[in-house]
Amino acid sequence: MSITYLEAIREAQARALKDDPRVFIYGQDVGAFGGAFKATKNLAKEFPGRVLDSPISEDAMMGLAVGAAIEGLRPIIEMQFADFSTVGFNQIVNQAATLFWRTNVPCPVTVRLPCGGTSGSGPFHSQMMEAIYAHYPGLIVLTPATVEDAYSMLLEAVAIDDPVIFCEHKFLYYHLKADKLPDTALPVGKARIAREGRDLTIVTYSAMVHECVAAANELASEGWQIEVVDLRSVKPLDTDTVIASVARTGRLLCVGEAWPWGGVTAEVIARVASEGYELLDAPPQRLNARNTPVPYHPNLWTAHRPTARAVVSAARKLLRT
Amino acid sequence: MLETVPGLPAGDATALGREKAVLAYGFMLRARLLDDKFATLYRAGKIHGGVFLGRGQEALSAAIGVSLRDSDVFAPLIRDAAGRLAFGEPIVDAVRNYLGSALGPMRGRDGNVHRGYPREGLLPMISHLGAMISVVNGVLFARRLKGQTGMVGVATLGEGGTSTGAFHEALNQASIEKLPLVMVVANNQFAYSTPNSRQFACDNLADRALGYGMGAHNVDGTSLPDCLATIGQAVETARNGGGPQLVVASLLRLCGHGEHDDAGYIDPKLKASPLGRDCLKLAEEYLLSQKLADAAQLAVWRSQVVGEIEEAVNQVQREPTPDPFTEKWTALSSPHLNEMHDEI
Ligand SMILES: Cc1ncc(C[n+]2csc(CCOP(=O)(O)OP(=O)(O)O)c2C)c(N)n1
Repeated sequence: MSITYLEAIREAQARALKDDPRVFIYGQDVGAFGGAFKATKNLAKEFPGRVLDSPISEDAMMGLAVGAAIEGLRPIIEMQFADFSTVGFNQIVNQAATLFWRTNVPCPVTVRLPCGGTSGSGPFHSQMMEAIYAHYPGLIVLTPATVEDAYSMLLEAVAIDDPVIFCEHKFLYYHLKADKLPDTALPVGKARIAREGRDLTIVTYSAMVHECVAAANELASEGWQIEVVDLRSVKPLDTDTVIASVARTGRLLCVGEAWPWGGVTAEVIARVASEGYELLDAPPQRLNARNTPVPYHPNLWTAHRPTARAVVSAARKLLRT
Repeated sequence: MLETVPGLPAGDATALGREKAVLAYGFMLRARLLDDKFATLYRAGKIHGGVFLGRGQEALSAAIGVSLRDSDVFAPLIRDAAGRLAFGEPIVDAVRNYLGSALGPMRGRDGNVHRGYPREGLLPMISHLGAMISVVNGVLFARRLKGQTGMVGVATLGEGGTSTGAFHEALNQASIEKLPLVMVVANNQFAYSTPNSRQFACDNLADRALGYGMGAHNVDGTSLPDCLATIGQAVETARNGGGPQLVVASLLRLCGHGEHDDAGYIDPKLKASPLGRDCLKLAEEYLLSQKLADAAQLAVWRSQVVGEIEEAVNQVQREPTPDPFTEKWTALSSPHLNEMHDEI
């Protein structure tokens, strides 16, 4: 048996619905249709009245989720694409994220964002939104890169008493497979060493983990041992694991699919620079998407986001400094 | 939570008819005098940030509060001091939130009109207009999912707030889900300084109800008995399964947008028109004409409420203010997921 990243997301939701009567799912086309990507396939049938189609109203979807959370429920909101969460942005960052701090009433809402680029998707179905949500106090932001993490972190997201932005990468939906669902998992807030090495640390997350591991494999044939750290959760960010890795390698490259201004890669470098400056043998570097909207055509798209090849050349340059 | 003023009848939404008018008047009076007190404290420099009053809207707001039960949901806005008190907010908590007492419901983290008790059905507004309506929907939706019935949720808004996308999304959502939502719009003719002619182009905002599939109600917001009748009817229709209701009240804001604003843009002719009548004075005339009170009784009530407000202010002025050194400085309820950035 094998299970895809997308199926793991469906299975995690099925289990959350089964184990906890407080859970319900609300989003566009998530009911009988099973969601635009089929992440809620058959769930409406298995859990009548708890998997509901919403109107195309991201603001009201999020507001409803906060109201339900106040009443002790644990809503899962599916945004059809991460890009459309901007329409619900106000409710996420001003309503959900401030509720506990203002009132002491927790806000256990999980917002699933199908994010990231796939070829042909264009400027409005491809965005990475983790940085903008991580900027706001009161939100947890998760970026699973593996089938196992997609499953276990989504279950943990639903159990967390705070609003969680769950960034699931569409590029991984179908082709990433595992033999089975995990029984155990690292907790949210702990990064994972995806590949060990001693010459250079690459810190990354989400789909870029796979580009970076592929780059590390290629560099291994040249004799370089590259360590790849998968952040798993960008907020909270596991600075300790990053610094410990840099202590072993002395070199840091941060790779993200999001835009270059600010964001997760900048945050990681800022932390390493201020907390582990003396560990660095070379200036830390970062590699991001280009500073334009995400292009539609595959020729442009593959040149817009970091790829294994781009990671290899950035790493080589850093290894030579 | 309902507070009793000696001499003014205490009660709840079960009060009927004439009794309800006296009950509502009591909350109107409290709100007006409390607002006056806040204005005085503001001018004396005792309040951090803005002060937003509900002068002229007390009849509408109080009518909402006395039409609701403890088990209902209410998302008031800036001009709803009367409705909040009638729904059960203690006067002292209103004062605490304005004076920044650490013992207030928001503990100094938020101030003035941004206050409430989410678990008790009194939702704390965020500033973004229109954003609370779908939260009320969520509370009602969740209660239905939990098998609870018989409740109503009221959200309020000014006519300016009806221009938001959030308003449209939430009313459409409530209608799809057939939630017992009552949306009360106070059309006070101005959104800050913007007149209705620059806010909407339909004849009557209540006509929008048809587009959503809601019940529509218009009411003269200056008249307490009319507000009681109309709000009461909308609330009971929603409670009895009639689906969401839209109430549009016509009135005039008898103050600035906030106490910083002299409202010089309001045409004196409008102030002299029927819209500009003071609902509190009209309510007093109504009580007198209906022999629900006499002049002496009104005077006694007024001095009693003044005393209660003075007592609350005196108490709060002795209370501790928030302490940045004991403040936890975390926005998360899950301590293990905190990132601390405050080691400066
Ligand atoms: C979404 C949003 N935009 C702007 C503001 C700033 N603002 C606060 S009150 C106000 C006027 C509101 O007018 P209205 O809704 O008619 O209510 P009223 O003040 O007349 O009671 C504005 C523009 C806001 N709070 N929220």
